[in-house]
Amino acid sequence: MTLDDQQLTTDGLALDPSAGQVLLIACGALAHEILTLKRINAWDHLDLTCLPAILHNHPDRIPDAVSDAVLRHRSQYDQIFVVYADCGTGGQLAATCDALGVEMVPGPHCYSFFEGNAQFAERTETEFTAFYLTDFLVRQFDAFVWKPLGLDRHPELRDTYFGNYEKLVYQAQTNDPKLVEKARDCADRLDLTFEHRVTGYGDLQTVMASLKAPNAHYS
Amino acid sequence: MSEEDDEIILSELNDEDLVQQMFDDLYDGLKEEIEESVNILLERGWEPYRILTEALVGGMTIVGNDFRDGILFVPEVLLAAGAMKGGMAILKPLLAETGAPRVGKMVIGTVKGDIHDIGKNLVSMMMEGAGFEVVDLGINNAVESYLEALEKEQPDILGMSALLTTTMPYMKVVIDTLVEKGIRDDYTVLVGGAPLNEEFGKAIGADAYCRDAAVAVETAKSFMARKHNQLSAG
Repeated sequence: MTLDDQQLTTDGLALDPSAGQVLLIACGALAHEILTLKRINAWDHLDLTCLPAILHNHPDRIPDAVSDAVLRHRSQYDQIFVVYADCGTGGQLAATCDALGVEMVPGPHCYSFFEGNAQFAERTETEFTAFYLTDFLVRQFDAFVWKPLGLDRHPELRDTYFGNYEKLVYQAQTNDPKLVEKARDCADRLDLTFEHRVTGYGDLQTVMASLKAPNAHYS
Repeated sequence: MSEEDDEIILSELNDEDLVQQMFDDLYDGLKEEIEESVNILLERGWEPYRILTEALVGGMTIVGNDFRDGILFVPEVLLAAGAMKGGMAILKPLLAETGAPRVGKMVIGTVKGDIHDIGKNLVSMMMEGAGFEVVDLGINNAVESYLEALEKEQPDILGMSALLTTTMPYMKVVIDTLVEKGIRDDYTVLVGGAPLNEEFGKAIGADAYCRDAAVAVETAKSFMARKHNQLSAG
Protein backbone atom coordinates (compact mmCIF):
# COMPACT_ATOMS: atom_id res chain seq x y z
CA MET A 1 0.00 0.00 0.00
CA THR A 2 1.37 3.42 -0.93
CA LEU A 3 0.74 6.05 1.69
CA ASP A 4 0.40 9.73 0.94
CA ASP A 5 1.68 11.85 3.84
CA GLN A 6 -0.43 14.83 2.84
CA GLN A 7 -3.53 12.67 2.87
CA LEU A 8 -2.57 11.13 6.21
CA THR A 9 -2.21 14.64 7.57
CA THR A 10 -5.55 16.02 6.49
CA ASP A 11 -7.81 12.99 5.94
CA GLY A 12 -6.24 10.05 7.74
CA LEU A 13 -6.51 6.58 6.32
CA ALA A 14 -9.77 4.90 5.40
CA LEU A 15 -10.39 1.39 6.67
CA ASP A 16 -9.47 -1.31 4.18
CA PRO A 17 -11.10 -4.31 5.85
CA SER A 18 -9.33 -7.62 5.53
CA ALA A 19 -9.59 -10.71 7.68
CA GLY A 20 -8.63 -8.72 10.75
CA GLN A 21 -10.42 -9.25 14.02
CA VAL A 22 -8.76 -6.41 15.84
CA LEU A 23 -9.15 -2.85 14.57
CA LEU A 24 -6.48 -0.29 15.26
CA ILE A 25 -7.75 3.29 15.30
CA ALA A 26 -4.59 5.32 15.04
CA CYS A 27 -3.17 8.76 14.49
CA GLY A 28 -2.32 9.25 10.81
CA ALA A 29 1.24 10.11 11.87
CA LEU A 30 1.69 6.44 12.83
CA ALA A 31 0.31 4.81 9.68
CA HIS A 32 3.70 4.04 8.10
CA GLU A 33 5.09 2.49 11.25
CA ILE A 34 1.98 0.45 12.05
CA LEU A 35 1.72 -0.95 8.53
CA THR A 36 5.43 -1.77 8.49
CA LEU A 37 5.19 -3.65 11.81
CA LYS A 38 2.06 -5.43 10.61
CA ARG A 39 3.81 -6.50 7.41
CA ILE A 40 7.12 -7.67 8.84
CA ASN A 41 5.42 -9.56 11.67
CA ALA A 42 2.59 -10.94 9.53
CA TRP A 43 0.03 -9.57 12.01
CA ASP A 44 -2.84 -10.26 9.66
CA HIS A 45 -5.38 -10.17 12.45
CA LEU A 46 -4.91 -6.38 12.70
CA ASP A 47 -6.80 -3.91 10.51
CA LEU A 48 -5.99 -0.23 10.49
CA THR A 49 -7.82 3.03 10.08
CA CYS A 50 -6.28 6.41 10.85
CA LEU A 51 -7.65 9.77 11.92
CA PRO A 52 -6.13 12.89 10.36
CA ALA A 53 -2.64 13.36 11.77
CA ILE A 54 -3.14 17.12 11.99
CA LEU A 55 -5.33 16.51 15.07
CA HIS A 56 -1.90 16.45 16.73
CA ASN A 57 -2.13 20.26 16.58
CA HIS A 58 -5.63 20.27 18.12
CA PRO A 59 -5.53 17.75 20.98
CA ASP A 60 -8.88 18.92 22.31
CA ARG A 61 -10.51 17.42 19.20
CA ILE A 62 -8.90 13.98 19.55
CA PRO A 63 -11.26 12.39 22.13
CA ASP A 64 -14.42 13.10 20.12
CA ALA A 65 -12.79 12.00 16.86
CA VAL A 66 -11.65 8.74 18.46
CA SER A 67 -15.05 8.20 20.03
CA ASP A 68 -16.81 8.69 16.68
CA ALA A 69 -14.47 6.20 15.01
CA VAL A 70 -14.92 3.59 17.73
CA LEU A 71 -18.71 3.86 17.58
CA ARG A 72 -18.64 3.70 13.77
CA HIS A 73 -16.60 0.50 13.61
CA ARG A 74 -17.24 -1.40 16.82
CA SER A 75 -19.99 -3.62 15.43
CA GLN A 76 -17.57 -5.04 12.83
CA TYR A 77 -14.73 -6.04 15.18
CA ASP A 78 -14.14 -8.26 18.18
CA GLN A 79 -11.72 -5.77 19.61
CA ILE A 80 -10.74 -2.16 18.98
CA PHE A 81 -7.44 -0.70 20.12
CA VAL A 82 -6.69 3.02 20.04
CA VAL A 83 -3.16 3.79 18.88
CA TYR A 84 -2.86 7.16 20.54
CA ALA A 85 -1.11 8.03 23.78
CA ASP A 86 -2.48 10.94 25.83
CA CYS A 87 -1.23 13.29 23.08
CA GLY A 88 -1.89 16.52 24.98
CA THR A 89 -5.50 15.71 25.86
CA GLY A 90 -4.80 16.04 29.58
CA GLY A 91 -6.33 12.67 30.38
CA GLN A 92 -9.47 13.27 28.33
CA LEU A 93 -8.65 10.59 25.77
CA ALA A 94 -8.09 8.03 28.52
CA ALA A 95 -11.45 8.95 30.02
CA THR A 96 -13.10 8.58 26.62
CA CYS A 97 -11.48 5.18 26.03
CA ASP A 98 -12.49 4.03 29.52
CA ALA A 99 -16.08 5.02 28.86
CA LEU A 100 -16.03 3.18 25.53
CA GLY A 101 -14.37 0.12 27.02
CA VAL A 102 -11.37 0.21 24.66
CA GLU A 103 -7.67 0.31 25.42
CA MET A 104 -5.07 2.78 24.22
CA VAL A 105 -1.28 3.11 24.18
CA PRO A 106 0.15 4.06 27.58
CA GLY A 107 2.27 7.17 27.89
CA PRO A 108 2.10 10.90 27.29
CA HIS A 109 2.71 10.96 23.52
CA CYS A 110 4.35 9.20 20.59
CA TYR A 111 7.75 10.76 21.35
CA SER A 112 7.58 8.87 24.61
CA PHE A 113 6.43 5.48 23.36
CA PHE A 114 8.80 5.49 20.38
CA GLU A 115 11.66 5.96 22.78
CA GLY A 116 10.11 3.61 25.34
CA ASN A 117 7.93 5.19 28.04
CA ALA A 118 10.20 4.15 30.89
CA GLN A 119 13.33 5.52 29.23
CA PHE A 120 11.57 8.71 28.14
CA ALA A 121 10.33 9.33 31.69
CA GLU A 122 13.88 8.90 33.00
CA ARG A 123 15.11 11.62 30.65
CA THR A 124 12.32 14.07 31.50
CA GLU A 125 14.23 15.76 34.31
CA THR A 126 17.10 16.67 32.03
CA GLU A 127 15.49 16.90 28.64
CA PHE A 128 12.49 19.15 28.96
CA THR A 129 14.12 21.72 26.70
CA ALA A 130 14.05 19.31 23.75
CA PHE A 131 11.72 19.59 20.78
CA TYR A 132 10.98 16.19 19.24
CA LEU A 133 10.33 15.12 15.68
CA THR A 134 9.56 11.62 14.41
CA ASP A 135 10.03 10.34 10.85
CA PHE A 136 6.55 11.50 9.92
CA LEU A 137 6.93 14.91 11.55
CA VAL A 138 10.25 15.49 9.81
CA ARG A 139 8.63 14.77 6.46
CA GLN A 140 5.64 16.97 7.36
CA PHE A 141 7.54 19.67 9.26
CA ASP A 142 6.06 22.52 7.25
CA ALA A 143 2.50 21.26 7.63
CA PHE A 144 2.78 20.60 11.37
CA VAL A 145 5.21 23.23 12.63
CA TRP A 146 6.29 25.93 10.23
CA LYS A 147 2.97 26.94 8.70
CA PRO A 148 0.55 26.45 11.63
CA LEU A 149 2.82 28.56 13.82
CA GLY A 150 2.83 31.25 11.12
CA LEU A 151 6.60 31.11 10.71
CA ASP A 152 6.25 31.15 6.92
CA ARG A 153 4.58 34.55 7.22
CA HIS A 154 6.22 35.84 10.40
CA PRO A 155 9.65 34.32 10.90
CA GLU A 156 10.27 36.93 13.60
CA LEU A 157 8.01 34.86 15.90
CA ARG A 158 10.48 31.97 15.94
CA ASP A 159 12.11 32.86 19.23
CA THR A 160 8.75 33.54 20.84
CA TYR A 161 7.88 29.91 20.20
CA PHE A 162 11.26 28.23 20.49
CA GLY A 163 13.40 30.61 22.55
CA ASN A 164 13.20 28.35 25.61
CA TYR A 165 14.10 25.18 23.70
CA GLU A 166 17.71 24.11 23.37
CA LYS A 167 17.78 21.17 21.01
CA LEU A 168 15.80 19.32 18.42
CA VAL A 169 15.83 15.56 18.87
CA TYR A 170 15.05 13.59 15.75
CA GLN A 171 13.69 10.26 16.95
CA ALA A 172 14.31 8.07 13.93
CA GLN A 173 12.11 5.06 13.37
CA THR A 174 13.97 4.16 10.19
CA ASN A 175 17.45 4.60 8.84
CA ASP A 176 17.10 7.21 6.12
CA PRO A 177 20.03 9.60 5.55
CA LYS A 178 17.79 11.99 3.62
CA LEU A 179 15.45 12.31 6.59
CA VAL A 180 18.41 12.92 8.89
CA GLU A 181 19.48 15.79 6.66
CA LYS A 182 15.96 17.18 6.56
CA ALA A 183 15.71 16.94 10.35
CA ARG A 184 19.03 18.76 10.66
CA ASP A 185 17.66 21.48 8.42
CA CYS A 186 14.55 21.73 10.66
CA ALA A 187 16.84 22.24 13.66
CA ASP A 188 18.73 24.96 11.78
CA ARG A 189 15.52 26.71 10.87
CA LEU A 190 14.45 26.72 14.52
CA ASP A 191 17.95 27.72 15.64
CA LEU A 192 18.26 24.63 17.84
CA THR A 193 21.13 22.20 18.19
CA PHE A 194 20.52 18.87 16.53
CA GLU A 195 20.48 15.35 17.87
CA HIS A 196 19.77 12.24 15.84
CA ARG A 197 18.45 9.46 18.07
CA VAL A 198 17.54 6.10 16.58
CA THR A 199 14.54 4.80 18.51
CA GLY A 200 13.06 2.27 16.12
CA TYR A 201 9.46 1.50 16.98
CA GLY A 202 9.91 1.34 20.76
CA ASP A 203 6.80 0.52 22.79
CA LEU A 204 4.61 0.69 19.68
CA GLN A 205 5.97 -2.68 18.63
CA THR A 206 5.47 -4.15 22.11
CA VAL A 207 1.91 -2.90 22.31
CA MET A 208 1.01 -4.20 18.85
CA ALA A 209 2.60 -7.57 19.61
CA SER A 210 0.34 -7.86 22.65
CA LEU A 211 -2.80 -7.60 20.52
CA LYS A 212 -3.49 -11.26 19.88
CA ALA A 213 -6.29 -12.43 17.66
CA PRO A 214 -9.26 -13.38 19.86
CA ASN A 215 -9.06 -17.14 20.56
CA ALA A 216 -12.65 -17.73 19.61
CA HIS A 217 -11.73 -17.40 15.98
CA TYR A 218 -9.17 -20.21 16.10
CA SER A 219 -11.49 -22.75 17.60
CA MET B 1 -4.98 56.33 -6.56
CA SER B 2 -1.41 55.90 -5.41
CA GLU B 3 -0.44 54.06 -2.27
CA GLU B 4 0.74 57.32 -0.78
CA ASP B 5 -2.76 58.79 -1.05
CA ASP B 6 -4.08 55.84 0.99
CA GLU B 7 -1.62 56.28 3.80
CA ILE B 8 -3.19 57.22 7.11
CA ILE B 9 -1.49 60.04 8.99
CA LEU B 10 -2.12 59.03 12.59
CA SER B 11 -1.52 62.51 13.98
CA GLU B 12 -4.23 63.93 11.73
CA LEU B 13 -6.95 61.64 13.12
CA ASN B 14 -9.24 62.90 15.85
CA ASP B 15 -9.18 61.03 19.16
CA GLU B 16 -12.08 58.75 18.36
CA ASP B 17 -10.75 57.79 14.93
CA LEU B 18 -7.26 57.35 16.32
CA VAL B 19 -8.49 54.88 18.95
CA GLN B 20 -10.39 52.99 16.24
CA GLN B 21 -7.22 52.97 14.16
CA MET B 22 -5.30 51.61 17.17
CA PHE B 23 -7.81 48.76 17.37
CA ASP B 24 -7.06 47.99 13.71
CA ASP B 25 -3.31 48.34 14.20
CA LEU B 26 -3.35 46.06 17.23
CA TYR B 27 -5.37 43.55 15.28
CA ASP B 28 -2.75 43.68 12.52
CA GLY B 29 0.14 43.53 15.00
CA LEU B 30 1.65 46.86 13.95
CA LYS B 31 3.92 47.70 16.87
CA GLU B 32 5.46 50.92 15.53
CA GLU B 33 2.05 52.37 14.70
CA ILE B 34 0.78 51.52 18.18
CA GLU B 35 3.80 53.18 19.78
CA GLU B 36 3.28 56.27 17.63
CA SER B 37 -0.43 56.43 18.50
CA VAL B 38 0.26 56.06 22.23
CA ASN B 39 2.68 58.97 22.03
CA ILE B 40 0.16 61.07 20.09
CA LEU B 41 -2.53 60.47 22.73
CA LEU B 42 -0.08 61.32 25.51
CA GLU B 43 0.78 64.58 23.72
CA ARG B 44 -2.92 65.33 23.52
CA GLY B 45 -3.13 65.05 27.29
CA TRP B 46 -4.70 61.63 27.69
CA GLU B 47 -4.02 59.98 31.04
CA PRO B 48 -1.79 56.89 30.62
CA TYR B 49 -4.43 54.74 32.36
CA ARG B 50 -7.08 55.88 29.89
CA ILE B 51 -4.85 55.02 26.91
CA LEU B 52 -4.15 51.63 28.42
CA THR B 53 -7.74 50.70 29.10
CA GLU B 54 -9.61 52.37 26.25
CA ALA B 55 -7.16 51.91 23.39
CA LEU B 56 -4.83 49.00 24.20
CA VAL B 57 -7.00 46.73 26.34
CA GLY B 58 -10.01 47.66 24.20
CA GLY B 59 -8.13 46.56 21.08
CA MET B 60 -6.77 43.39 22.66
CA THR B 61 -10.27 42.46 23.80
CA ILE B 62 -11.33 42.35 20.15
CA VAL B 63 -8.26 40.22 19.36
CA GLY B 64 -9.05 37.92 22.29
CA ASN B 65 -12.68 37.51 21.24
CA ASP B 66 -11.73 36.66 17.67
CA PHE B 67 -9.15 34.16 18.93
CA ARG B 68 -11.79 32.52 21.12
CA ASP B 69 -14.18 32.39 18.15
CA GLY B 70 -11.60 30.80 15.84
CA ILE B 71 -11.26 33.86 13.59
CA LEU B 72 -7.70 34.67 14.67
CA PHE B 73 -4.96 32.16 15.42
CA VAL B 74 -1.94 32.04 17.69
CA PRO B 75 0.53 33.81 15.34
CA GLU B 76 -1.81 36.78 14.90
CA VAL B 77 -2.46 36.97 18.64
CA LEU B 78 1.28 36.97 19.31
CA LEU B 79 1.85 39.80 16.85
CA ALA B 80 -0.98 41.77 18.43
CA ALA B 81 0.50 41.10 21.87
CA GLY B 82 3.89 42.30 20.62
CA ALA B 83 2.27 45.53 19.45
CA MET B 84 0.47 45.99 22.77
CA LYS B 85 3.72 45.34 24.60
CA GLY B 86 5.31 48.19 22.63
CA GLY B 87 2.55 50.54 23.78
CA MET B 88 2.71 49.31 27.35
CA ALA B 89 6.46 49.85 27.52
CA ILE B 90 5.80 53.56 26.99
CA LEU B 91 2.92 53.67 29.46
CA LYS B 92 4.26 51.53 32.30
CA PRO B 93 6.60 54.09 33.90
CA LEU B 94 3.94 56.78 33.48
CA LEU B 95 1.25 54.64 35.08
CA ALA B 96 3.29 54.42 38.26
CA GLU B 97 3.91 58.18 38.26
CA THR B 98 0.27 59.07 37.72
CA GLY B 99 -1.03 56.79 40.45
CA ALA B 100 -3.14 54.52 38.25
CA PRO B 101 -5.49 52.28 40.23
CA ARG B 102 -4.13 48.88 41.24
CA VAL B 103 -6.69 46.13 41.17
CA GLY B 104 -4.57 43.48 42.86
CA LYS B 105 -1.28 41.62 42.71
CA MET B 106 -0.46 38.32 41.03
CA VAL B 107 2.52 35.98 41.10
CA ILE B 108 2.57 33.79 38.00
CA GLY B 109 4.88 31.12 36.61
CA THR B 110 5.10 28.00 34.46
CA VAL B 111 5.56 24.86 36.56
CA LYS B 112 8.66 22.72 37.00
CA GLY B 113 9.78 20.77 33.95
CA ASP B 114 7.84 22.98 31.56
CA ILE B 115 9.35 25.68 29.38
CA HIS B 116 6.20 26.87 27.64
CA ASP B 117 5.36 30.47 28.35
CA ILE B 118 3.32 31.89 25.49
CA GLY B 119 -0.01 31.58 27.29
CA LYS B 120 1.47 32.67 30.59
CA ASN B 121 3.02 35.75 28.98
CA LEU B 122 -0.31 36.69 27.42
CA VAL B 123 -2.01 36.35 30.79
CA SER B 124 0.68 38.49 32.46
CA MET B 125 0.27 41.19 29.86
CA MET B 126 -3.52 41.23 29.96
CA MET B 127 -3.50 41.21 33.77
CA GLU B 128 -1.19 44.23 33.75
CA GLY B 129 -3.48 45.85 31.24
CA ALA B 130 -6.39 45.27 33.62
CA GLY B 131 -4.53 47.04 36.42
CA PHE B 132 -2.95 44.12 38.25
CA GLU B 133 0.64 44.22 39.43
CA VAL B 134 2.22 41.06 38.03
CA VAL B 135 5.35 39.31 39.25
CA ASP B 136 6.31 36.83 36.55
CA LEU B 137 8.52 33.98 37.73
CA GLY B 138 9.15 32.70 34.21
CA ILE B 139 9.41 29.01 33.35
CA ASN B 140 10.35 25.77 35.13
CA ASN B 141 9.35 26.77 38.66
CA ALA B 142 9.76 24.33 41.51
CA VAL B 143 7.47 24.61 44.51
CA GLU B 144 10.22 26.42 46.45
CA SER B 145 10.28 29.16 43.84
CA TYR B 146 6.53 29.75 44.19
CA LEU B 147 6.73 29.72 48.00
CA GLU B 148 9.59 32.19 48.07
CA ALA B 149 7.73 34.55 45.71
CA LEU B 150 4.50 34.29 47.71
CA GLU B 151 6.28 35.17 50.91
CA LYS B 152 8.21 38.03 49.37
CA GLU B 153 5.49 39.53 47.19
CA GLN B 154 2.38 38.83 49.29
CA PRO B 155 0.14 38.67 46.21
CA ASP B 156 -3.62 38.21 46.09
CA ILE B 157 -3.41 35.65 43.32
CA LEU B 158 -1.11 32.77 42.40
CA GLY B 159 -1.22 31.77 38.73
CA MET B 160 0.27 28.54 37.42
CA SER B 161 0.63 27.43 33.83
CA ALA B 162 1.53 24.13 32.14
CA LEU B 163 1.37 22.94 28.55
CA LEU B 164 2.27 19.30 29.03
CA THR B 165 0.21 16.41 30.33
CA THR B 166 3.36 15.33 32.14
CA THR B 167 3.87 18.63 33.95
CA MET B 168 0.33 19.67 34.82
CA PRO B 169 0.16 17.37 37.89
CA TYR B 170 2.91 19.50 39.42
CA MET B 171 0.30 22.18 40.07
CA LYS B 172 -1.18 19.85 42.66
CA VAL B 173 2.22 19.49 44.32
CA VAL B 174 2.32 23.27 44.74
CA ILE B 175 -1.26 23.51 46.04
CA ASP B 176 -0.76 20.57 48.42
CA THR B 177 2.33 22.28 49.80
CA LEU B 178 0.33 25.46 50.39
CA VAL B 179 -2.25 23.39 52.26
CA GLU B 180 0.44 21.67 54.35
CA LYS B 181 1.87 25.04 55.30
CA GLY B 182 -1.58 26.35 56.19
CA ILE B 183 -1.40 29.20 53.68
CA ARG B 184 -3.61 27.86 50.89
CA ASP B 185 -6.51 30.16 51.74
CA ASP B 186 -4.30 33.23 51.74
CA TYR B 187 -4.30 33.20 47.93
CA THR B 188 -6.62 32.77 45.02
CA VAL B 189 -5.06 30.04 42.88
CA LEU B 190 -5.75 30.22 39.15
CA VAL B 191 -4.46 27.60 36.72
CA GLY B 192 -4.30 27.42 32.95
CA GLY B 193 -2.73 25.68 29.97
CA ALA B 194 -3.82 23.76 26.89
CA PRO B 195 -4.30 20.26 28.36
CA LEU B 196 -6.13 21.48 31.48
CA ASN B 197 -9.85 21.76 32.01
CA GLU B 198 -12.25 22.87 34.70
CA GLU B 199 -12.51 19.38 36.16
CA PHE B 200 -8.74 19.17 36.57
CA GLY B 201 -8.67 22.58 38.22
CA LYS B 202 -11.23 21.45 40.76
CA ALA B 203 -9.55 18.09 41.32
CA ILE B 204 -6.22 19.65 42.26
CA GLY B 205 -7.81 22.23 44.55
CA ALA B 206 -7.35 25.37 42.46
CA ASP B 207 -9.91 28.14 42.77
CA ALA B 208 -10.46 28.28 39.03
CA TYR B 209 -9.27 27.06 35.67
CA CYS B 210 -8.89 29.82 33.11
CA ARG B 211 -9.31 28.88 29.46
CA ASP B 212 -7.53 31.91 28.05
CA ALA B 213 -6.06 35.27 29.01
CA ALA B 214 -9.38 37.09 28.80
CA VAL B 215 -11.03 34.56 31.10
CA ALA B 216 -8.07 34.82 33.48
CA VAL B 217 -8.55 38.57 33.75
CA GLU B 218 -12.30 38.30 34.33
CA THR B 219 -11.86 35.51 36.86
CA ALA B 220 -9.16 37.43 38.72
CA LYS B 221 -11.31 40.56 38.82
CA SER B 222 -14.26 38.60 40.14
CA PHE B 223 -12.20 37.01 42.92
CA MET B 224 -10.79 40.41 43.83
CA ALA B 225 -14.31 41.87 44.01
CA ARG B 226 -15.39 38.97 46.25
CA LYS B 227 -12.37 39.52 48.49
CA HIS B 228 -13.11 43.22 48.66
CA ASN B 229 -16.74 42.54 49.60
CA GLN B 230 -15.70 40.04 52.29
CA LEU B 231 -13.30 42.58 53.78
CA SER B 232 -16.00 45.26 53.72
CA ALA B 233 -18.48 42.93 55.36
CA GLY B 234 -15.91 41.91 57.97
